[in-house]
Amino acid sequence: MGAYLVRRFFLMLLTLFGMSVLIFVLLRVMPGNISDILFESAGLVNPAEKAKIEKELGLDQPLVVQYSTWISGLLRGDLGYAYVSEKPALDEILPRIPITAKLAVLALFFSIVLGVPLGVISAVKQDTPLDYALRVVSLSGLSLPSFWLALLILMGFVHFLGWIPIYTDKPATIWHELALLSIPAAAVGFRASALIMRLTRSSMLEVLRQDYIRTARAKGASAASVNYDHALRNAVLPVITIIGIEAAFLIGGLIVTETVFNIPGVARFLVEAIRWRDYPIVQNLVMFIAVVVVVVNFLVDMAYVVLDPRIKYED
Amino acid sequence: MDARADVQPEAGAQALLEVDDLQTYFFTRQGVVKAVDGVSFALRRGETLAIVGESGCGKSITALSLLRLIPDPPGRIVGGTVRLAGHDLMTLDEPAMRNVRGNDISMIFQEPMTSLNPVMTIGRQIAEVILLHQDVSRKEALAKAVEMLRLVRIPEPEQRVREYPHQLSGGMRQRAMIAIALACNPKVLIADEPTTALDVTIQAQILELIVELQQKLGTAVILITHDLGVVAETAQRVIVMYAGRKVEEAPVGELFAHALHPYTHGLLASIPRLDLMRGEVNDTPQRLQEITGIVPALTDLPQGCVFAPRCKFADDRCRAQYPPYEQKRSGHWAACWNSDALYGGALHA
Ligand SMILES: Nc1ncnc2c1ncn2[C@@H]1O[C@H](COP(=O)(O)OP(=O)(O)OP(=O)(O)O)[C@@H](O)[C@H]1O
Ligand code: SF4
Ligand SMILES: [Mg+2]
Repeated sequence: MGAYLVRRFFLMLLTLFGMSVLIFVLLRVMPGNISDILFESAGLVNPAEKAKIEKELGLDQPLVVQYSTWISGLLRGDLGYAYVSEKPALDEILPRIPITAKLAVLALFFSIVLGVPLGVISAVKQDTPLDYALRVVSLSGLSLPSFWLALLILMGFVHFLGWIPIYTDKPATIWHELALLSIPAAAVGFRASALIMRLTRSSMLEVLRQDYIRTARAKGASAASVNYDHALRNAVLPVITIIGIEAAFLIGGLIVTETVFNIPGVARFLVEAIRWRDYPIVQNLVMFIAVVVVVVNFLVDMAYVVLDPRIKYED
Repeated sequence: MDARADVQPEAGAQALLEVDDLQTYFFTRQGVVKAVDGVSFALRRGETLAIVGESGCGKSITALSLLRLIPDPPGRIVGGTVRLAGHDLMTLDEPAMRNVRGNDISMIFQEPMTSLNPVMTIGRQIAEVILLHQDVSRKEALAKAVEMLRLVRIPEPEQRVREYPHQLSGGMRQRAMIAIALACNPKVLIADEPTTALDVTIQAQILELIVELQQKLGTAVILITHDLGVVAETAQRVIVMYAGRKVEEAPVGELFAHALHPYTHGLLASIPRLDLMRGEVNDTPQRLQEITGIVPALTDLPQGCVFAPRCKFADDRCRAQYPPYEQKRSGHWAACWNSDALYGGALHA
């Protein structure tokens, strides 16, 4: 197990290195840099001025140099300065993380708390009207784009409740904040919950056919104990994998949702930064997201080891 | 907590378990599968009753019906009664029935490799059944689990309780299944082909263990098998099933000496002889002799004797009418029009 962890750790580092190259290259392949955008939007064409800005920001350096400057800074904890605000990138990014993190955790929480039990119910009540209804809901969850759903929710609240669940700057309490976030979180989490529900259902159906379920019944276990203690413990294993993968998709949904609900989080900020080709912000933020996704997937694998005694990583 | 039906110890004449006209059907798209079609039998205290028959003849469904564990849909027990010590199990509500399962009647299954929950420790799986039926603490239940593992002769039981099924061999897992089944000291143990999936040498050990524990604990056993060799070694009485029905029933010695049904004769001829299979007699290993033809589709049973399509003695009467199930010799019942003529010794003739 120890050797596995070490191997796994180096694999994670390798993944992150690959990611950093990819992020860097993609960003440079994107047409234009900040000076182009500044000058085009202002309608100015002053090559000398432009070259001066590029030199100031180091954009005239060879790509390899730019890359190594970024990475060596990153490793020292120096993220550089944001082009637009000219503040340290770290100071721009850090304060925006908690709200997005809360939104993401809440969305994931919703999707699991809804998806897993409904999936179990759907499987246990297979082929009943309830099962059909749940399957229709989950299918629509997969086919509705999250921006559409977010807009529908927003319209619904504005139209029927006359209440705009828009994020205010200073929510009074944590509960107030969670209440405000819960609607956008539900909009983001709906897709994941639909996916988790479908997977839980099919995984449960598979497990409920197994011999050990019959054994549990023959022991006199109650239906609830059979379904949750015996079946779900086995059925949840593939679901956990999908939760890891969904965590990455969730971030895409967050960008849309933060924009629609006007939440001053990191995801919306990222879109803004991309528009300005604000490399220090974009590079570091995407890198941060990559780290989160890689770590989540590592945790998922570890959860697997804990939950499935058959898995023992050989040293 | 102990919800066992009250049993008078002297109730010798009354059978422990009485099954009367049990009918279990599966309602499938292809039609109604009469998996168990009017099976009756009685099981006495401490006795071993064997149920034999080819694959698909309804042995397992009969057993699962006793515990009311038929998957519904598609299956349903459509008729008959099952009485345990005089109490009708068919009319019990679900919680009361749960108190019977694993407590009064337990079952061990054919597939030790898949019958244990892969993500639970052996100890927890044994303790579970104890906690379900006895008023003990979790700790006491685990201690009892160790004791049960020792009883089924699993070495190092203190360590094994903490292990998972995949860490045990097939034989060890079947021992663990037996430990689960016997943990609450049931009145009836149903062993559904408990050794079929195991190596030949392990088979004998597991059977010995079942017989030994049965004698020690006084459990009555229903042993389901398609291996008449096993029957000869362990059972006192045998029921032969074919296509969901009972076709013959007799004490073991009587059945082996005077089988009255052509189907039973076919089964007897197909007993695997280990010496032949290993090629110790001839040089080439022998195939098992099988009864020609296949079991008819249970959705579409022939009108007369269900065995007629495969029976070399079938005549017009056989094909027209189902033979009555009658006592032909003392304690020996069979359903065959021609058994008297074929094998003789009719009581009532
Ligand atoms: N879920 C089901 N749906 C439809 N038919 C079923 C179902 N389960 C069992 N059957 C039918 O019931 C019949 C009896 O099955 P059962 O499992 O009792 O056979 P068996 O005698 O135990 O055979 P084996 O020796 O292979 O275990 C089979 O022929 C099968 O077609
Ligand atoms: S009744 Fe006829 S067909 Fe059926 S087993 Fe007897 S001889 Fe064969
Ligand atoms: Mg069977």
